[in-house]
Amino acid sequence: MTAYIIKRLFISIPVLFGILLVTFVLARLIPGDPCKAILGEKATVEVCEKFKIRFGLDKPIHTQFMLYSKRVVVGDFGNSIRFSRPVSQILVERFPVTIELALGGLVVAIIVGVFLGIISALRHNSPIDVGTMVLANIGISMPVFWLGLMLAYLFGLLLKDTIFWLPPSGRLTAGLSSIPFFEVWGWEVVKGTTNSKVLEFFANHYIFNALITGNWEIFKDSIRHMILPVIALSTIPMAIIARITRSSLLEVLGRDYIRTARAKGVRNKNVVSKHALRNAMLPVVTILGLQMGGLLSGAVLTETVFGLAGVGRMLVEAIYARDYPIIQAFTVMVAVAYMLINLIVDISYGFLDPRVRLE
Amino acid sequence: MSKLGRVSETLSDNFDEDLLLQEPISVWRRTFKRLLSRRSGKIGLFLIGFIFLIAFTAPIIAPYDPNEVLIGKEIVKLKKREGPCIHMLGCDSAKPQHIMGIDGNYRDQFSRIIYGSRISLSIGFSTVSFAVTGGVLLGALAAFFGGWIDNIIMRVMDVILGFPSLLLAIAIVAVLGPGIRNALLAIAIVTLPAYARLTRASVLTVKELDFVKASIALGASPTRLLLFRILPNSLTPIVVLATLGIATAILDAAGLSFLGLGAQPPTPEWGTMLGSERNQVFSAPHLVFFPGIAIMITVLAFNLFGDGLRDALDPRLND
Repeated sequence: MTAYIIKRLFISIPVLFGILLVTFVLARLIPGDPCKAILGEKATVEVCEKFKIRFGLDKPIHTQFMLYSKRVVVGDFGNSIRFSRPVSQILVERFPVTIELALGGLVVAIIVGVFLGIISALRHNSPIDVGTMVLANIGISMPVFWLGLMLAYLFGLLLKDTIFWLPPSGRLTAGLSSIPFFEVWGWEVVKGTTNSKVLEFFANHYIFNALITGNWEIFKDSIRHMILPVIALSTIPMAIIARITRSSLLEVLGRDYIRTARAKGVRNKNVVSKHALRNAMLPVVTILGLQMGGLLSGAVLTETVFGLAGVGRMLVEAIYARDYPIIQAFTVMVAVAYMLINLIVDISYGFLDPRVRLE
Repeated sequence: MSKLGRVSETLSDNFDEDLLLQEPISVWRRTFKRLLSRRSGKIGLFLIGFIFLIAFTAPIIAPYDPNEVLIGKEIVKLKKREGPCIHMLGCDSAKPQHIMGIDGNYRDQFSRIIYGSRISLSIGFSTVSFAVTGGVLLGALAAFFGGWIDNIIMRVMDVILGFPSLLLAIAIVAVLGPGIRNALLAIAIVTLPAYARLTRASVLTVKELDFVKASIALGASPTRLLLFRILPNSLTPIVVLATLGIATAILDAAGLSFLGLGAQPPTPEWGTMLGSERNQVFSAPHLVFFPGIAIMITVLAFNLFGDGLRDALDPRLND
């Protein structure tokens, strides 16, 4: 197992290198002189010369790439042009929003999707099955941003003054603020250090932070704010998971060993849960990795709709503002996160299916 | 070839005269028949036909020009973002009929939705044809020549697949600048690896078949082998993927336009229409609702058709 993980990590290196190269090239290709973009249109030639020397832009392109790769490896993405703050600090603030959203979406999609898929397969060709599959087809075809806006309209406006009302934007109700766990526990943290950034990163997962500090008011409020975005984001993966679960379970239920199990007199519940489901889950796990890519993409749109200050929204805003360091850093981070997720999915194969030899 | 093989097998096993007398049916005709025998294929085909009809007859169906600003031109004073007015549903008949309401620039929403079908269809088809051409070419080259060519092409594809698709598309648009053409190009680039991988896999299989070897023995040139022997026989999975790809392309293009990175106003593109009115969702929900429904029906049509086509082309499923 360890050997496989190491080997798999080695295979990832060329892809990682490619990702670095692509982000580097993309940022260099963005039209306009970086000096003028950062210092303004009126920057003189001498000022620009100094600027280029300071940021290593006078060096040959391959040296620049080496410098860039070195800086990325140690987590130094430079300063944001628009905010004049370290990009790593902005990542620490924004990434948790997207992680909470994507994880929430994934969990809901898996639980509901698998459940619907199982019911449809067990009640094959019943109204429940047909209904679920029709809904799944519609779910796959729905634009995330449209669903988000419609949910916001329904739960934020039409159901106002009822118990079903849900906040249509933001992370917390105005007036509430999340206190980081390290402040609650009175830890001495020096601001700006790597340590404090790591702690802040975890504390910025509001739901997680509220949970470990036992702040139920913030916990409930942040969950309420997450419900609509999570529903919107999870719809497409949920529909895909339901379809795959259904077809995979149907195929497995037709196998000989299922008939054998039934002939032995194993109870139906056990046939499904112990014999069939475990074998039917492998294709579902396969697509989970792919769906994470979809979730990260969908997060961009969902964050825009629900006014959540996450990675996706930040990236789009950075593009409008031509904030190159942010564009570069965020694409690299998202691609690396995506790569890690796929690695985890590959490794989990071995646990789910002993027949898959991870060597 | 496979048909001949089947016939000769039958001849040697148990001779069946009826089989020899049967009219040959082309693969595509049989596929079409099987497609129509399936619910999803039938509905998908119907919906696609419907959307094409709307797109072709847009100037006849649409009551107004999609970009015509109606302020001051109507008898009754129009309100900005006025809701739908349908005479049959009890709207005052003195008022002009706007079945999907008026948008933020005093334009008829219904006409814009109708014209939007033209844009969405052309987005879907042009993106996919670009991605398929590029992907099939690269995949076929990789599989046909192997070695370092294969390695380089497939590693580049891996890198593209290393990014979540829409995010990479956003980054590419950032480089090329917002606009419909660049958005199309970006989506084509991020979807290209899927076709390359699929083509590579099926070319690798077909390459080893006897009829290809026979062609090599007859002295066919590599180009001829690739274009006339190998590619036509690896086409079916690509056709299915491309059909489903049209759905994804339309959805992704709408997403980019929604973010303001795709089609620019005043183009009546559904995603753009939705994006420019999204802050008015609480006061004028019809301006968000209808474009979304239009996107959904179009995407659904190609998804259903693609599903039906996959089943129809699957030789394991019998009629």
